[in-house]
Amino acid sequence: MLKIKEYVRAESLEQAYQLNQKKTNRIIGGMLWMKMSDARIQTAIDLSALGLDQIEENEVEYRIGCMVTLRQLELHEGLNEWSHGIVRESVKPIVGVQFRNLATVGGSIFGRFGFSDVLTCFLALDTYVELYKGGVIPLEEFAEMEKDNDILVRLIVKKKPGLHAYLSHRNVKTDFPVLAVAVSADDRGARAVVGARPSKAICVPLKEEWKKAIEEGRCTELEAEQMAKELAEQIPTGSNMRASAEYRSHLAGVLLKRAILALLEERGRQNAD
Amino acid sequence: MQISVMLNGKKVTEDIKPDLLLIDFVRNHGCYSVKRGCETSNCGLCTVFLDEKPVLSCSVLAARADGHAVQTLEGLQEEAAEFGAFIADQGAEQCGFCNPGMIMNAIALFRENPAPTDDEIREYLAGNLCRCSGYEGQLRGIRAFIEYKKQGGAVCR
Amino acid sequence: MQVVGQPFRKKDAMALVQGKPVFTDDLAPKDCLVVKVLRSPHANAMVKNIKTDIAKRVPGIEDIYTWEDVPQQRFTMAGQTYPEPSPYDRLILDRHVRYVGDPVAIVAGANEECVEQALRMIKVEYEVLPAILDFRKAKDNELLVHPEDTWKSLCPVGADNKRNLCACESSDHGDVDQVLADCDVVVEETYHTLANQQAMMETFRTVCYMDTYGRLNVLSSTQIVFHARRILSNALGIPKSKIRVMKPRIGGGFGAKQTVVAEIFPAFVTWKTGKASKMIFTREESQTASSPRHEMEVSVKIGADKDGRIRAIDVYTLSNTGAYGEHGPTTVGLSGHKSIPLYGSLEAHRFAYDVVYTNTMSAGAYRGYGATQGIFAVESAVNELAGRLGMDPVELRLKNMVREGQTMPAYYGETAKSCALDRCLLRAKEMIGWDEKFPCRDMGNGKVRSVGVSMAMQGSGISGVDVGSATIKLNEDGIYTLMIGAADMGTGCDTILAQMAAECLDCQMENIIVSGADTDTSPYDSGSYASSTTYVTGKAVEKACEKLQIKICERAAEMLYCTVDKIEFDGHRAKNLENGETVTLQEIGTSSMCGNECALQVTETHSSPISPPPFMVGMVEIELDKETGHVEILDYVAVVDCGTVINPNLARVQTEGGLVQGIGMALYENIQYSEKGQMMNQSFMQYKLPTRLDMGKIRVEFEESHEPTGPFGAKSIGEIVINTPAPALAHAIANATGLWFRELPITSEKIAMGIMKQ
Repeated sequence: MLKIKEYVRAESLEQAYQLNQKKTNRIIGGMLWMKMSDARIQTAIDLSALGLDQIEENEVEYRIGCMVTLRQLELHEGLNEWSHGIVRESVKPIVGVQFRNLATVGGSIFGRFGFSDVLTCFLALDTYVELYKGGVIPLEEFAEMEKDNDILVRLIVKKKPGLHAYLSHRNVKTDFPVLAVAVSADDRGARAVVGARPSKAICVPLKEEWKKAIEEGRCTELEAEQMAKELAEQIPTGSNMRASAEYRSHLAGVLLKRAILALLEERGRQNAD
Repeated sequence: MQISVMLNGKKVTEDIKPDLLLIDFVRNHGCYSVKRGCETSNCGLCTVFLDEKPVLSCSVLAARADGHAVQTLEGLQEEAAEFGAFIADQGAEQCGFCNPGMIMNAIALFRENPAPTDDEIREYLAGNLCRCSGYEGQLRGIRAFIEYKKQGGAVCR
Repeated sequence: MQVVGQPFRKKDAMALVQGKPVFTDDLAPKDCLVVKVLRSPHANAMVKNIKTDIAKRVPGIEDIYTWEDVPQQRFTMAGQTYPEPSPYDRLILDRHVRYVGDPVAIVAGANEECVEQALRMIKVEYEVLPAILDFRKAKDNELLVHPEDTWKSLCPVGADNKRNLCACESSDHGDVDQVLADCDVVVEETYHTLANQQAMMETFRTVCYMDTYGRLNVLSSTQIVFHARRILSNALGIPKSKIRVMKPRIGGGFGAKQTVVAEIFPAFVTWKTGKASKMIFTREESQTASSPRHEMEVSVKIGADKDGRIRAIDVYTLSNTGAYGEHGPTTVGLSGHKSIPLYGSLEAHRFAYDVVYTNTMSAGAYRGYGATQGIFAVESAVNELAGRLGMDPVELRLKNMVREGQTMPAYYGETAKSCALDRCLLRAKEMIGWDEKFPCRDMGNGKVRSVGVSMAMQGSGISGVDVGSATIKLNEDGIYTLMIGAADMGTGCDTILAQMAAECLDCQMENIIVSGADTDTSPYDSGSYASSTTYVTGKAVEKACEKLQIKICERAAEMLYCTVDKIEFDGHRAKNLENGETVTLQEIGTSSMCGNECALQVTETHSSPISPPPFMVGMVEIELDKETGHVEILDYVAVVDCGTVINPNLARVQTEGGLVQGIGMALYENIQYSEKGQMMNQSFMQYKLPTRLDMGKIRVEFEESHEPTGPFGAKSIGEIVINTPAPALAHAIANATGLWFRELPITSEKIAMGIMKQ
């Protein structure tokens, strides 16, 4: 049973940050994961009164506050239109509406959970995290960092034109993914992200020539399969209760191929418009 | 610590422990419709409205509800009876243990989307587990209720 | 019929949909003690030393009990009629712990927090012993799960604790080996099913308190109030007269609550302390320390002629009862007795089994009760046989299935007096479009659509054992009270029994009050299990109502000064046919309360020497993704012969619910144990029930037969409905891939990896 001695609804990020420097204090996000732990927390720091539950948009980026819920991500029209629905696709299978009304994007990303659909999805996009002290750093870099006592204030997603696709395989449709795959191509290049391996999502860049082939729409199904195979071979997988490493590696090949084909289809649609 | 919650329209002020969960807070206040079916946020039985949004009360600190409005089925008896009658007409309530959570979430669905399709219903209620009914009867009841509402509540059952 | 056959709402429906406080924990006294148990982390160990003194000092702790504090006579927790076939192999707390989760100490305290704290402060020193985790290695292993001499078996079920045997038996008819040797085709395969959890939404829970008369009152979420009273008496070593057991609304049972899983601990605490107490199982406890399905390995040999005449079936079942023997000797019987008789013209059959102890969680009763496992094996083997014969599996069944009027040698020689299995099969075939869809269609995008089929049967109560009773009385306002000891656990038996009463008594449904179950006030009933309530208790209701109606007429005759043969009673009014004078039912009820010596109340009891099987057919259409192995259920059709349908809504929902549980068992619910014997699916995060996105579309129809021994021609429906999904899905998957999966669940991983290795 989770034990909390004190609860503070922070009035400023500085206050939250100061409190969070103590090892026994913890910031609470959606609390869904933390709730299941036997953690003994001195002070639970709640950021819910800091207005960080908004998705802001300007010409160049989306600014997603850490307390934005997965349900808000799912319902945000602009974000989903721009990302070709991959944000929605990535969060929609997560348990249920009531769960997604609680789970926060900050909690999901800060936790850097192996099973995280959210991390997998945003790693495919041109995403940065804004840390209260650490400033703005690329999500990919953040994903590799050890957990520290900084505060994840918001995600910043650059609105670059590009192609995106997200696919996952699940045993039961609202379960953690057995494997999750996101593929994107924009001016940074093309990349494949594989999550729930079952460890933390990793990014693998696509060769420049592949990227070109996809963007120019001259990639056959067979070539897509070959790309997927080569990518899948670079992705380490493991076994857990949900599946074996062998099956995950097989799925990585299948889902990456399908995601690449989805990019091609998306590109076809864009051309048609 | 002291919290003040609008529970089913009534202001409740109370001293609580910081780790008290909302489910235990509302049950302590006689809202027995709110059930605990798991400890892992998977079943949907404990669904309540927090500021009108359906959430899992097993996963929210009561402290977090301080200054907010919480509704349980006890505060929605008329809606529960009106909609629940359609579930009852299918015999789909079965043991009834998961019903309050499912009915809360269905009410939330109807408020967001008064005429959902079958797929939208399944998706919205996916987080409400039921081990008795096989879900089909609930779906029939929901469809019948939507039809009844479309007709202005005038369909005879 | 006016009331029977109508889709009435359940009597408790509106209370349930409005979330009224009608379940065990809603009714617990606010200040009652909270009871929890410390559980063994080892699969097999002796408690060498246990220190509770520091834990007892936690503020709020009432007391802590260990193996030294409990009675030393063994008992079983299985809710069965005495003498129970399940062995007496339990103590409330045993020094020898036999699975990960076996209780080591009971802690009672003022609240959950202090009890949790105390649990952490109990110091236990274990002598860890090697454990038997593989049930294939249990029989005659030198390691014994129950070496103790105090172990005992009350019934001749072939149990021998010195061989790790909870039961064994062999029965046959004809010379199986000879017939099989003479067959053109013989399929011989082994099928494996897991110890699935019932996973009812309300976990195990019990509230206890002492009443005015110094008796232990037990309010529990149980299917078996009377058996629970006996088991508590055995466990606590106190007279049955000192115990009262009641059930409020039950949040699902499915057989789980046919075992006394939670009751003993708070009962012990309340008896010791005199204080009210409650025990609410966590989901983790419900998953890891309860009473799931028996894991079984079923070996089938089935022989046929070239033209598809099935001549012999040979079944051997190895069943894993786990650390204790609850329902071990009885579940296994159904794996043969309720699968082999589906085929009506066998020249010979044999059915043998062993039920073994292991150091895993004790199994119990789960809907289907062994039939589910046996039918998965036999129906899969029949589908494999059809493949080998190159025959349509529907044709093969039409040729061989049991028909009305046939005797069933593998079903205790009973005759199928009511059987619409042939109509069920033909209707299901038509509903799903079998001829167009069998065996499969390649959709051209890596996906294949295919169909699968299975038949099933069950019983209606335990023949010659189950007892159902009903008390019906007329009140002064012309309203009847029906008292029953059967347990409505959401199934709707309160309602369908009231429908039967209303039908007999020619009255409105509103005029029947249902009350139960309570060992102090209900007439004796074995309880709600074994698909017995509609068939056995229903008949008792019918009998009681008929007798009450005679008594009402007698009372009316007195009031109208005529002989009873001159009375015409239409349910509302009794008329003297000689002079046309009438009295109302209300007047009769009122008059019975003044100067009357004849109670307008009847109790009737019923038991049946036979257990007529309901029959059904399930057919499924799936779309299988050959790359990921994912199976999407497109359509599941089920056609059921449960005799007369008493309430079509409730029968339909029973069927749909059972099918989805069966789908879960077939595709998703994957019980896993660690090497150390820890059951790892300890939550709904790790044990995945089908959601409403996973079960596709379900369509249910009924093909009624008329069971002459059942109330209004009814049989049962509660259990049979879980039996078809596993074999039908395995069949559809085989039709899509050419691969037979003989071990459940058939996960997408198994399918994809199977296809890759092809």
